[in-house]
Amino acid sequence: MSEAFVLGAVAYDPKVVTIWDGFVRWFEAQGFAFDYVLYTHYERLVEAQFAGAVHCAWNSPLAWIESARLAARLGRSARAVAMRDTDQDLTSVVVVRRDGEVKSVADLRGKRVGVGAHDSPQATILPLAHLAAAGLAPRRDFAVVAHDVLVGKHGDHVGGERDAVKALLAGDVDAACILDGNATAFVRDGTAREGSLRVLTQTAPYDHCNFTVLDGAPEAAVARFTELLLAQRYDDASVRPLMDLEGLKEWRPGRLQGYAALASACDRFGTLDPWLAATTARLGERA
Amino acid sequence: MTDATVDLGGLRFERGAHLLVERSLRTVAVGEAVSVTGGDHELGVHLRAWARQRGHGYVERDGAPAVIRTDLALGRWRGAERAGEAGPEGVRERAMPRWGLAPRGATVEASSPPYAFPLDAKDDVWSDDAARLYAQAAAAQWDPATTIPWGATIDHPEAVEDAVVQVMTYLIENETAALVIPARFLAQMHPHFREVMQLLAVQAADEARHIEVFTRRALLRRDALGLSTAGGQASLQTLVDETDFATASFLLSVLGEGTFLSLLAFLRERGPDVVTREVARWSGQDEARHVAFGMAHLARRIERDPTVRGRLAAAVTRRHDALQHTAGLNEEVFDALVLLAAGSWDPAAIGAGHDAVLALQRDMDEGRQKRLRRLGFDAKDAEALSSLHTRNFM
Repeated sequence: MSEAFVLGAVAYDPKVVTIWDGFVRWFEAQGFAFDYVLYTHYERLVEAQFAGAVHCAWNSPLAWIESARLAARLGRSARAVAMRDTDQDLTSVVVVRRDGEVKSVADLRGKRVGVGAHDSPQATILPLAHLAAAGLAPRRDFAVVAHDVLVGKHGDHVGGERDAVKALLAGDVDAACILDGNATAFVRDGTAREGSLRVLTQTAPYDHCNFTVLDGAPEAAVARFTELLLAQRYDDASVRPLMDLEGLKEWRPGRLQGYAALASACDRFGTLDPWLAATTARLGERA
Repeated sequence: MTDATVDLGGLRFERGAHLLVERSLRTVAVGEAVSVTGGDHELGVHLRAWARQRGHGYVERDGAPAVIRTDLALGRWRGAERAGEAGPEGVRERAMPRWGLAPRGATVEASSPPYAFPLDAKDDVWSDDAARLYAQAAAAQWDPATTIPWGATIDHPEAVEDAVVQVMTYLIENETAALVIPARFLAQMHPHFREVMQLLAVQAADEARHIEVFTRRALLRRDALGLSTAGGQASLQTLVDETDFATASFLLSVLGEGTFLSLLAFLRERGPDVVTREVARWSGQDEARHVAFGMAHLARRIERDPTVRGRLAAAVTRRHDALQHTAGLNEEVFDALVLLAAGSWDPAAIGAGHDAVLALQRDMDEGRQKRLRRLGFDAKDAEALSSLHTRNFM
């Protein structure tokens, strides 16, 4: 198996095994040797990729920023080769109770804002940066109440967002930060009653996951992997179930324009500083 | 360029607004846009998320949201396949595992998981009469609580009542076999053969009802049921163990239930009380349908493959050989039928009862021969095969 192209991914849900096992079979049918390794959290994955354990990483947006910054510190380079159509132009929203007293962003001053896992770009970092840009500094102008479900998975698990909305409806917090699509998804799954939530504000569009490759990866294999991935079609019954599980209709070439807001939010909050320092030191020593 | 506009009025996305957007998107070509207006100030938020999830593009023009149509989501139905046609003329010679539980005539997504239904060939299961017999069965369902006069007087001697209980015990045991066997084949049958599946289901329900009324009749005056013999159970076991649908259908429906038609007619005529006569009458009507389906299905089967007739004859012989060292109809059932028909201990009545049971057995034999001849067996074979039929009747 040493010749296989190895992908690293994070096990945020049991379906991850189904997805990547399916990809192994599909790539095999295309004559491409492919395998995967699962990590418990993104920081472990990022560090493993820099240590050479995997050729490509299925990274969360925060893990992408981690990789890009680590690469810069170590004199290496990282690039995004592909992403899902559904990874492009996401937004997050801050929702409030429709009948509550919060009518504007300014009304959040002195209030409690529920967020998802503290490392979730969509349910914590980006919406808090959005509120900060609107003049309300988190933890100074309003309290931040984290709903830490599966920390290290960067909010891939929807549980943190659901808990934030439940806390909002229970009156434990005054607002909740969630991915745009979850505002209606939570009504559909019964978490919230229809008409009980109101969107207070929405972030600018941003991008989500990507397949990250570092310098030194086997270029021919990276090219073949990317080519096969981009050729996957939703009308192909052999791969559609996997695309459904991954939540996409088509793969797109990786792009970096959608990560600027998250990068600047990490700067603003110093989100990655301790981890970057420790990991740079560890990897530097190893090198 | 915006090519179409849809106004959602006050309808929000969490209340189904996407249906209107989808409808409008169907009117424009791939790559064209539908502008969306409406009273909900969150419209843009939800429209963007919905479009992304559906694989459509999202743009804002002068602050007004619009969706760019793609045909990505339609990819789900490329390669989809129609599982035959809905009507009986649309039944295919072979039902595909990938059609699974999809109704006949539905369009099935290409990646649907295959189901293993061993009975997937039309020739093995089909009868053109199935739909008609099912409709007849559905219309003829009866409620044991109101159909049978459970409160009717029972004033015959105790020994006659014991005989009734013994006969009911025997009937329940046999009807249980008649429930289990179609139920098992039902679970093996591809749902593509909808009419046959429905008919077997209602047949099993009929037997459930027969088991109920025979049990209730037996317990009207007694706390316990009668005797169950090893020979009777061994005879039924050869039916329950039969794995071939045509053979089981032949042995159970044509020969077994066919024979039971005579028995139930006998009880309808000779039963010592109105409750016994009524449970026999109503059950007999259902059994006649079961026999009719067995006959129709096998007639078609034999018409398409005359060698099946030889297989069926061999099955009767095999069953006879398997049972030749068992007792056949138990003495208790035979004697109970005599006493039941006699209605009293009067010697003349017993003699008449005995004559009646012998006449019943002749009637059963004639019925079997008649049905065998209708399936194309010649008179000699029909006579021989009928004589080899289990002495346990079913």
